[in-house]
Amino acid sequence: MTDVPRDVVPLRFELSSLVTRSVASLYSHLVTRPTGRAVRLGIESQISEIGALCLSILDFGQVAVLDYSCADETVAKLILRYQPDDRPADAYFVARGLAEHHLETIEAVLERHDLALVAELESGPTLLGSVDAEEMEVWTAVERLGRATGDEVAGYLGVRPEEISRPLDSLVRRRVVLYREASGLHYALTPLAADV
Amino acid sequence: MKVISIPPILEERSFDAVVQALADAEGGRFLFDARPLRWVDPYGMLGLLAAAEVAGRGGERPVLQLPKAAEVLSYLGRMRFFNYAEELFEIHGAPRRSRGGDSASDVLLEITPIREYRDVHDVVDRVNERAIEILTHQLHYPAREAWQFGSMLSEVCQNILEHAQATGWVATQTYSRIPQLDRRVVKIGVVDLGIGFKGSLAGTHAARFGDRWGDAAALEAAFIHGLTRFHDPGRGQGLKQIRKQVGRWGGKVSIRSGTARIADVPDWDDAPPLEEKLPHFPGAQIGIVLPARSQA
Repeated sequence: MTDVPRDVVPLRFELSSLVTRSVASLYSHLVTRPTGRAVRLGIESQISEIGALCLSILDFGQVAVLDYSCADETVAKLILRYQPDDRPADAYFVARGLAEHHLETIEAVLERHDLALVAELESGPTLLGSVDAEEMEVWTAVERLGRATGDEVAGYLGVRPEEISRPLDSLVRRRVVLYREASGLHYALTPLAADV
Repeated sequence: MKVISIPPILEERSFDAVVQALADAEGGRFLFDARPLRWVDPYGMLGLLAAAEVAGRGGERPVLQLPKAAEVLSYLGRMRFFNYAEELFEIHGAPRRSRGGDSASDVLLEITPIREYRDVHDVVDRVNERAIEILTHQLHYPAREAWQFGSMLSEVCQNILEHAQATGWVATQTYSRIPQLDRRVVKIGVVDLGIGFKGSLAGTHAARFGDRWGDAAALEAAFIHGLTRFHDPGRGQGLKQIRKQVGRWGGKVSIRSGTARIADVPDWDDAPPLEEKLPHFPGAQIGIVLPARSQA
């Protein structure tokens, strides 16, 4: 079990119910841009209330239909909002409850914006979106280790630390691996999300 | 009164004859003579409503002479054609209005106006479950792919709201066969009388096309290259996703706008991929055909 950094606040968004709450209608499907925008603003509002390092679970378990426009507004623009240095809060995202028919839509919007997203699938954790082979290899190592320094990740993969510095830095910058400068540790997101 | 003869089979291609007749007539009151009509699909039905609206812009509501064929009248009633036609036409004959609650009919989605985003949600809510049932059991699509139907329908309806800046209509229907294909199909028609693709893209893209700019160039820009009037890189991908999905299913998707039509044409259809210099018709008209898998 990975030790959770004490300053991480977990948040879970069950997206189907958030649709209902955000747009005040009994929509059972995540479709249309305005709906996606409303869902995203609802999530952003709750993250801003936390005001701390936040791990957000995007739960698609009750979502039936997910269209491209809504996924673009909900998922892609949400990740884009929390990537730059001037982000409004320190938030990380993990997708959960994704059905097979959601995956293609999510992958399409992520690739369109060159984004990546950690997802818990039935087959295990995975990294969706625009990811190269080196990033995937390093991300998988961090997931297996739970938490590790850069040297430990390199040791696990049997390579020199400088060989993984680019992909590891990229994963941190893209916020699919959490890095704590004080400890020098890289944290995998799915173990942190396990109890949420 | 100027007579517009409705062809016996009214669908995407034969609708051009209706448009041509409208273009050839120079104003005045119109009579749409639908007595010969024997078969009509969602595109044809919505096209007829749109043609009535265009014909009525001169001031006088056009007259509709109803089809003679009882089964066509019955079908138009079940598709709720008359609910909208009565506003646009002066109808001669006795239309059969749907009494509603037609859950046992073969209609997948009756003619439904798309005026706001709430209408898109309603369409997906109403159709999704039944569409999955039809796509998996009648067209033999894998379940994971059948789920994409709702998403596709949502995107094509949003196209009206985001690009046409006008109200439109959508309808879908299953058929045991069509003239081009001896297989079960689902047909989707989406029609609006908005600003069209050329109008939607003109402000942001016309200049760099120079003399080439026109309806065909605008359709190519949107359909092939995913261009939109929005600067957001996430926009313009709805059509791309629709084309990808329809292509995977061996189906056809076509868009007519202004004087041009562009299409992804499967091998079972002989339509050209791009047609220009068609008679002008405002807005955009989208036709989608999803065929049953051939091994079924």
